[in-house]
Amino acid sequence: MTENRIDKNEQGTTENRRRFFIKLSLGLSALSALVAGIPVISALLAPLLKKAPEAWRKVADLDDLAVGAVKLVTFENADPEAWAGMTARSAAWLRRDSESAFTAFSVNCTHLGCPVRWEESAQLFMCPCHGGVYYKDGTVASGPPPKALVQYPVRINKQQIEIQTAPVPITTL
Amino acid sequence: MKTIKKMWAWIDDRSGITDMLNPLIKHLVPPGSKWSYVFGSATLFCLVLQVITGVALSLLYQPSSSDAYQSLQFITHKAKFGNLLRGIHYFGASAMIIMVGIHMIRVYITAAYKYPREMGWISGVLLLFLTIAMGFTGQLLRWDANGVWSSVVAAEQLGRIPVIGKLAARLLMGGNTIGGHTLSRFYSYHVFIIPAILFLFVAFHLMLVIRNGISEPPKMGRPVDPKTYRQWYKDMLAKVGVPFWPYAAWRDILFGAATIIAVISLAIIYGPPELTQPPNPAYIYTNPKPDWYMLAIFSLFALMPPKIESVVIFMGPVLTVLILLSLPFISHKGERSALRRPWAVFGSICVVVFVFSLFLLGEQSTWSPQFTAKPLTRADIHSTDTLVIQGAALLYQRGCLYCHHIDNTGGLKGPDLTDIARRLSDEELRVRIVNGGTNMPAYGGILKKDELIAIIAFLKTRK
Repeated sequence: MTENRIDKNEQGTTENRRRFFIKLSLGLSALSALVAGIPVISALLAPLLKKAPEAWRKVADLDDLAVGAVKLVTFENADPEAWAGMTARSAAWLRRDSESAFTAFSVNCTHLGCPVRWEESAQLFMCPCHGGVYYKDGTVASGPPPKALVQYPVRINKQQIEIQTAPVPITTL
Repeated sequence: MKTIKKMWAWIDDRSGITDMLNPLIKHLVPPGSKWSYVFGSATLFCLVLQVITGVALSLLYQPSSSDAYQSLQFITHKAKFGNLLRGIHYFGASAMIIMVGIHMIRVYITAAYKYPREMGWISGVLLLFLTIAMGFTGQLLRWDANGVWSSVVAAEQLGRIPVIGKLAARLLMGGNTIGGHTLSRFYSYHVFIIPAILFLFVAFHLMLVIRNGISEPPKMGRPVDPKTYRQWYKDMLAKVGVPFWPYAAWRDILFGAATIIAVISLAIIYGPPELTQPPNPAYIYTNPKPDWYMLAIFSLFALMPPKIESVVIFMGPVLTVLILLSLPFISHKGERSALRRPWAVFGSICVVVFVFSLFLLGEQSTWSPQFTAKPLTRADIHSTDTLVIQGAALLYQRGCLYCHHIDNTGGLKGPDLTDIARRLSDEELRVRIVNGGTNMPAYGGILKKDELIAIIAFLKTRK
């Protein structure tokens, strides 16, 4: 009788130990997966965790553009990686509106981001992908673009024209 | 020989290879599983080819935004058999997409997705989209101007996802702009992340084939009844089933090998797609276009009404996936024969014709301005009048010929102007030019009065 009770006690202790170790093994596995997962998720979401810097970039001298002229200007992105090479560069269409006023348009079509071209003689921006066309002020002239060309902030600094870098404009719903 | 046999016997005894593979190789399949059944295995053959050629390419390719273009030039023009390797990988991807498409249509038309093979269909749908994702990310690894701008187009499409669109686009590009992280991420998607998921689902798909058996060829008047099907199938196999190897497998192997030979032949004859300009996002004189298997979607974006487009870009893929995934739940029993399911056949034909038509339209891309349009020649100008000649010159200078066709020159986006004077009066021409239309800019603010008069004078001669 006493032996049976001892056996049952021992069995109960063994079962409790087993349950404890099952919980411990599962808990530790979950913890190790969580700890290992943090840097993995961090790498996966890195572009979202990074602050989006902005910078003013010199794109032309004041004398480079006559009033009314439109010119393709290129510049380096705000935060280029050392290994980015030429992919660190962006472009914009710069128009001189008056002696002291400039407008810089993104080269990305607002339809699906393809590069728009300035057709000087037609005075239109045209997209090669799906035929989107914009007037010289960037408003939609025809085709599928849902909105006008996005503009960059422009300033004149010491006789030089500067553009404030910006993300690739993404059209949302 | 005896020693080799002895060594194999030892390895086999300790590893259990024969015990493991024999049931798979010799499992019974229904008789009559003939040539229409070979497309699934051909897809697998293509996948193996893609893995092998992909590994070989990774030995030569530099997955860095700054160096990838140079390494691709090296692979294409300098590395021994590099051109062939790229060609096989390119045509292998195309073959895999064709095979997976035919396999899916065969499964749908013969209703092989019905009980008990619903999970086979569901995993197959996911495999279809993973295959397309592999194709697209692979195209982006062709890191030239087309690759860079196609990445932007892909990011723009993701941007249409409600609420998280911008975040998804940023995640795809690896930042706010194209840059150092962009290609590294595409490389990781194409070489590690998507293949890992793909292999998982391929294993699951194959396991289901073994578990539920290959669907028997459908017979009119023999519907699937979930209550009795499994027992009926088991009895049928016991009675008339044949071992997979060699009775059915030889067709799979023969067709798979022929597919690979065709892929290699195409790679030898045509080679891989030539690279365009270097991957400089500041270089804008390029016309990004996807590879052929995405061309139908590319066309759709040009042709659908702009008002619904943003919604369709997001809802289209979501609805397509949901409809495909829900199919075996909507119809999981009953007739399998195509003769008793004419709407299934009709629907499949409609989808194929629709996609193929969009593909052909994408090839022509009539909606794109033809920047290479040439000025009209004297032969095209049916007059010696100075005003008419001036109008013809203006038509070219003002970009009208990018979209309008006259005789043998010009774009195809707008109406053909060859005999426009037969259809429109002077006043109608003036109104159209000045005010524009849905697909035409209003030239009222662009043309001077005398230029408008000259253009109309020329158009009046086109009868």
